[in-house]
Amino acid sequence: MEDGRMRVKCNFSGDQKFLENGRCVSKLESMGFRVGQGLIERFTKDTPRFKDELDVMKFICKDFWTSVFKKQIDNLRTNHQGIYVLQDNKFRLLTHLSAGKQYLEHAPKFLAFTCGLVRGALSNLGVKSIVTAEVSVMPACKFQVMIQKM
Amino acid sequence: EVLCCANYPLYIRSVPTQGELKFHYTVHTSLDVVEEKISGVGKALADQRELYLGLLYPTEDYKVYGYVTNSKVKFVIVVDSSNTSLRDNEIRSMFRKLHNSFTDVMCNPFYNPGDPIQSKAFDSIVSTMMVQAF
Repeated sequence: MEDGRMRVKCNFSGDQKFLENGRCVSKLESMGFRVGQGLIERFTKDTPRFKDELDVMKFICKDFWTSVFKKQIDNLRTNHQGIYVLQDNKFRLLTHLSAGKQYLEHAPKFLAFTCGLVRGALSNLGVKSIVTAEVSVMPACKFQVMIQKM
Repeated sequence: EVLCCANYPLYIRSVPTQGELKFHYTVHTSLDVVEEKISGVGKALADQRELYLGLLYPTEDYKVYGYVTNSKVKFVIVVDSSNTSLRDNEIRSMFRKLHNSFTDVMCNPFYNPGDPIQSKAFDSIVSTMMVQAF
């Protein structure tokens, strides 16, 4: 019975599949959010208090990224007005996918969880944000963090 | 008494249990002092531990200690002034234990951040601490 319904879903138009995909991606993002909250609690247990927002972002790029992905963010850029771009030239979750443009359309699924992770970590550090990711050539990707003033 | 808040209480425990309302009030007012201290800090203190608040109300005869994590969660411990046996480093280690236990609660996937803490493990850590100290 379950199988039959599943098969019908695949026969739907591209729109339905797109919606389903969108729901999955946002679900992944919210899972990442919750994990990020817990992780940051553990990682900042013994660290001194953060001085400012930039300090927090540096922590995410160095310590947090290293603890989770065993490497640091390669490049951090900011416009000093609440937008940060974190560039990872060899993102761990993409290195096994491809080394170029192949499978580019599948990349968002693998980035959603990490976006949530960053958003959750920042949230528990008192920083409200929106995190998005973009990939042009794998395995490099950029995470854009937009700080929301509360 | 031990209390843990994120600007609204997530967990409150006191010994003896009567007079709990009085503690609510004490802690709420101490939160203002906490806010003051963490906003003033920044450059000077690289230390995560918060300054001890000392006596908040000379009349109440309570010593109120505070501790704030990087995730903005505040722990407050209220002890009777008559209890002079509790030393500084004992209070500090109590806060460490609380923080460790709280971190475990946070990492529990069934715990929703912002909810009251209902973890049995957390309860038992607090019980042990209160028995040892008071």
